[in-house]
Amino acid sequence: MRLRLWRRASRLHAMDGFQKVLLLLMIVLSVFMLLPIVYIFNHAFKPYHELFVYPPTFFVKEPVLQNWNELVAVTARSTVPMVRYLFNSVFISGLAVLLVTAASALCAYPLAKHRFPGYKLVFAAIILTLMFAPEVVQIPRYLVVSQLGIMNTYFGHLLPLMAMPIGVFLLKQFMDQIPNALLEAARIDGANEFTVFLRIVIPVCKPAVATIAILAFQSSWGNTESSALFMMDEEMKSFAFYLSTLTNNLANNVAMQGAAAVAALILFVPNLIVFVILQGKVIATMAHSGIK
Amino acid sequence: MSSKATPLLPRSTVEMTKLDPADVEMTGLAANSAAAGLARATNSAVVGPSTATRLEAPEAKPKKQKRRLARLLREMWAHRISYLFITPFLLCFVAFIAIPVLAAVALSFTYFNAIESPRFIGWQNFQYLISQDLLFLKHALPNTIKFALIVGPGGYVAAFLLAWLIVQLPARLRKWFALAMYTPSLTIGIAMSIVWLPMLSGDRIGYLNSILLRIGFIDVPKLWVTDPSLLMNAMIVVTLWSSMGVGFLAMLAGLLNVPQDYYEAARIDGLKSRLQEIWYITIPSMKPQMLFGAVMAIVTTFKTGAIGVELSGQNPTPEYAGHLIINHIDDFGFIRFEMGYAAAISVFLLLLMYVSNKLSWGLFGSKEDE
Repeated sequence: MRLRLWRRASRLHAMDGFQKVLLLLMIVLSVFMLLPIVYIFNHAFKPYHELFVYPPTFFVKEPVLQNWNELVAVTARSTVPMVRYLFNSVFISGLAVLLVTAASALCAYPLAKHRFPGYKLVFAAIILTLMFAPEVVQIPRYLVVSQLGIMNTYFGHLLPLMAMPIGVFLLKQFMDQIPNALLEAARIDGANEFTVFLRIVIPVCKPAVATIAILAFQSSWGNTESSALFMMDEEMKSFAFYLSTLTNNLANNVAMQGAAAVAALILFVPNLIVFVILQGKVIATMAHSGIK
Repeated sequence: MSSKATPLLPRSTVEMTKLDPADVEMTGLAANSAAAGLARATNSAVVGPSTATRLEAPEAKPKKQKRRLARLLREMWAHRISYLFITPFLLCFVAFIAIPVLAAVALSFTYFNAIESPRFIGWQNFQYLISQDLLFLKHALPNTIKFALIVGPGGYVAAFLLAWLIVQLPARLRKWFALAMYTPSLTIGIAMSIVWLPMLSGDRIGYLNSILLRIGFIDVPKLWVTDPSLLMNAMIVVTLWSSMGVGFLAMLAGLLNVPQDYYEAARIDGLKSRLQEIWYITIPSMKPQMLFGAVMAIVTTFKTGAIGVELSGQNPTPEYAGHLIINHIDDFGFIRFEMGYAAAISVFLLLLMYVSNKLSWGLFGSKEDE
C-alpha cells in the first residue's frame, strides 16, 4: 500500500509545474462539469424530507428507493404497461445501432474507395446536409412518413434514424486512410467486394464503427420526436417519450422532483455505459491512428 | 499519410481540375490529411481536361455527347456493386432529408393549413416574416442571434481549449478528463432540464440561490428560469455546459494526431511559447477537424430550441425571453397549423445555418493555399 502511494507520488513528481497546475485546473473544471450529474444520482435516492430541506444538501444521507416506487406507482396508472415502452425503446435502439452502422458503413465504403460516377455528388450532398439539422424540417418529414404508410410501425422509428449523414461522413473519412494496396491484395486473392468490405474494411475501421454505434444509440435512445409525431398508438411509443410526458409538467412543480430524477437517470445511464464501454477503444485507437 | 493516397492521385487530379466553388468547399471539409494533400498537389497543376474540352469543334458535339453518355452508362454498370452498397442509406437519405428539405422550400411559397391542399401565394410568407411578424422580429430573431453568437463561437473555442488542455496532460489521465467533459452532452432531451431545474429553481431551495444567498451575493432568491431577463443566460450556460459533444471529440483526436516532430522542428526554428505553437503548428495541422468542429457547433446551436421551454416550464417562454426560431417554427407548425408559414421560417433558418457555415468555411478554408 505504502509502496503504491509512493509510486503514485513519484509519478506526480514526473510532471512539470505547468502540468501540475493544469491538472488542478482540470480537476476543478471536471467537478463543475460532473456536478449536476453526481447530483442527479443523489437526488434520485433522496427521501422527501431531504429533497426539500433548507439549506439544500448535495449528497444523500439516507438513501431510499421511495422515488423509484413513486415512478412505478405513477406508471401503473397508465393504460399501457411501462414494460411495453421499455421494450419498444430497447428494441428500437438495438435495431437502430445495427441498421445505422450497417447502412452508413455500406455507403461510406464505395464513397471512399470506388470512383463510381456520381460519388462526388453523393458526398457533396452528405456534406451539405451535415450543415442542416433535420429537426428544422419536421413538418415535411411528418408528411413523408405518413405518405410512406409507416406511421405507427417500428419502421417509422427506424428509417428516419438511418438517414444519419454524420455517420457516413465519419466512416468515409476513416476509410480514406485504408491503404488501397491492402484492398487490392485481397481482390487479387479472389475476394469479391462484399468479402473485402466485411473481412478487411470493417475490421480496420472498428474504432469508427464503434463511434457510429455510439452516435446511433444516443440518437435513438433519447429520441422523442418519432414517438411524438409518427406514432398514434400509445403502445408504439418509446420510453423516452413516455418519461417526457410524465415530467412535462414538472418544471414548476416540485412534487415529483425525485421521480423525475429517477426518470432522468434511466435515460442517462445507458448512454453513459455505452459510451464508457466503447470510448476506451475509440480514444485509444484514435491516438494510435496518428502514427500510422 | 499522403503516400497512401498516391494510388488515387492521377484520377483525382483529373477530376479536381474542374474545380467549381462547391468542389472547393467539399474538399475543404473532406480534407483529412489525405484529401488536403491531394488538393495541394493539384493546386500546382491546374491545367488540363477542362480547357481541352472547351476547344472541341462544335459540330462534333451531339455524337461526342452520345458516346460520352454510353461511356458513362458503361462505367455506371461496371460500378453496379458500388451503387448497391450505397442504396440503403441513399433511400433513407432521400426520403427523410432530401425530400423534406425540398418540400419545405416548396411549401414555403404556399398557404397550407394541413386540411386544404396547399395554395401558391408566392413570396407572401417571406414578406410577412421579415416585415410584419413582430414576434419573430422582436423576439425570435434577436434571441436566436444572441444565443448563437455566444453559444456557437463560445462553445467552439471552449471545446478547442479543453481538448488542448487535455492533450497537455500525461497520456494515462487524458481519457478520464475527456470522459468528464463529454458526459454532460449525453444528458440529451428531458434529462437535461431535469438535471438543471433543481439547480436553478427559483426559491431558496434551488442550489444556486442557496449558495449565493449564503455568501451574501444576493438578498432575495432569483428566478433564474422564469424571470425574462435571466432565462436567456440560464439557457446559454446550460447549452454551453452540454456542448462538448462530437466536435470536441473530433478536435481532441485531431490534436492527438499532430505529429510530435512538428513541434520539435518548430522549436528548433525558434518558436518559444505554447501560444505560438498553437497558432503556427497546432491549428494549421488540424484544420479539417477544426472545420468539422465548427460545423457541428453551428448545427447544434441553431437546432437548439426546446431548452427554453423545458427550463422555464412554459410554452411560450415568459415574455418570449427564450423564444428561438425553432420555437417559432413549432408554434406555427404544430399549434397554429400554418404549415406554409412554418416552412418559410424553417427555410429562413436553413439559410441562416448555411451562411454561418460558409463563414466558418471562409475562416478555415482560405488559409488552405498558403
